[in-house]
Amino acid sequence: MTAIQESDIVRLPRGVRLREDKQRGGWVLLAPERVFQLDGIAQTVVSQVDGECSVGTIIDRLCETYQAPRERIAEDVTAMFAGLVEKRVLEVA
Amino acid sequence: MTHSQAYDVQPPMGMLAELTHRCPLQCPYCSNPVALERRRQELDTATWQRVFAEAAELGVLQVHLSGGEPALRPDLPELVTACVDAGLYSNLITAGVNIDRPRLETLADAGLDHVQLSFQGATPEVTDHVANMTGAHARKRAFAAEVTDIGLPLTLNAVIHRANLHQIDEFVDLAVELGARRLEIAHAQYYGWALVNRAALMPSREQVMEAVERVEAARERLQGRLVIDAVVPDYHARLPKPCMNGWGRQSLNVTPSGKVLPCHAAETIPHLEFWNVADHGLREIWYDSPAFNAYRGTDWMPETCQSCERKEIDWGGCRCQALMLTGDATQMDPVCEKSPYHDEVQTLAVRDASGASEFTYRRFARTTESA
Ligand code: SF4
Ligand code: SF4
Repeated sequence: MTAIQESDIVRLPRGVRLREDKQRGGWVLLAPERVFQLDGIAQTVVSQVDGECSVGTIIDRLCETYQAPRERIAEDVTAMFAGLVEKRVLEVA
Repeated sequence: MTHSQAYDVQPPMGMLAELTHRCPLQCPYCSNPVALERRRQELDTATWQRVFAEAAELGVLQVHLSGGEPALRPDLPELVTACVDAGLYSNLITAGVNIDRPRLETLADAGLDHVQLSFQGATPEVTDHVANMTGAHARKRAFAAEVTDIGLPLTLNAVIHRANLHQIDEFVDLAVELGARRLEIAHAQYYGWALVNRAALMPSREQVMEAVERVEAARERLQGRLVIDAVVPDYHARLPKPCMNGWGRQSLNVTPSGKVLPCHAAETIPHLEFWNVADHGLREIWYDSPAFNAYRGTDWMPETCQSCERKEIDWGGCRCQALMLTGDATQMDPVCEKSPYHDEVQTLAVRDASGASEFTYRRFARTTESA
């Protein structure tokens, strides 16, 4: 499994798009031949990905939003990103 | 919603748009019907544009621009634009022998999201033989290089059968070498032209097992570098595949002339009534057309499926295959080991695996008019 560092900058590769799904409700990540339906938390996390700020910055921002211990958020976010990198719908810049 | 359906119908996620049945290649496993639709029957640009808008409105997220060879439509860039305008994810499914650099750039600039390129073999000998086109392999390689050079994401698609099953490792190497993000290894599905050629395509059980192992090994070896999706071989299996993830549940297919089908082989079920986009809106077709409602949900299923815990996992398997192999489209897919026809299918697979290797190539039937 690819380890994600807080200093890493992640981005959605070309061919992967985040979009609202009005008909079904919620947000989806559209990728080659696949659709990932995101829950509220996943959507909040993925929508922070802009190809500019670091994973650490994203974690800091989410700490404010969720008022949860940084350690736990860091763990969840890096695991989620690693999973998406594995599926090739996220890349480390 | 106004439809009067006991089963809770969800909007579709994906649409396969068969823009044309014309193709420079002649693959003997082509999933197009044996009676190919002709150029003069094809929908015009404005109708496809309307269909894409209606699809997005209905809930479709991804459109697969397919064929035949979709690039034979001169209006392909306009059709990509129509998808983009409607917010649809556009995927071009191509054989990659007739798109030059300027055209590809036009498609990319129009907002095309992804390219899926077929390889009939992993080497020139096999590709050119299976596609029945000299030089096809070299053209495909050149096209793949243009795709990745422009920066579009690329998937390689390999349909696997007895004549190329030994090339799994080479397909994997080819995908990595050409910079593909994904590789699809799909065992031939026996309807359309593949049914005509079943005896020349069917692998033996041992070959299938070896192929499955090789795919698994490659997957592990290339984790994070190449996504490998495999469509499992059918006749040698014990459980059916969840064909289309259920009839009329997630996707629809529009033929070149505008008929809307629950799957691309659905026309092999003769008594079904398909509606055309020329006569009905896509929403009406999805919710109310007889063909889509025929095998939705689980009510139509035979008793064995009704009381099976897999009924909402595989949805009873493939309807077209059930009809073809048992004569009854409401039978469970005979690939299922609970089917009374299961042994017959296994015997048939063994017999065909040692059949003659001559291909009947895909082509338009001869008529006095040209295609
Ligand atoms: S399967 Fe082969 S013949 Fe059929 S449309 Fe695709 S490239 Fe053409
Ligand atoms: S009995 Fe029907 S539902 Fe159960 S596995 Fe077989 S085909 Fe699927």
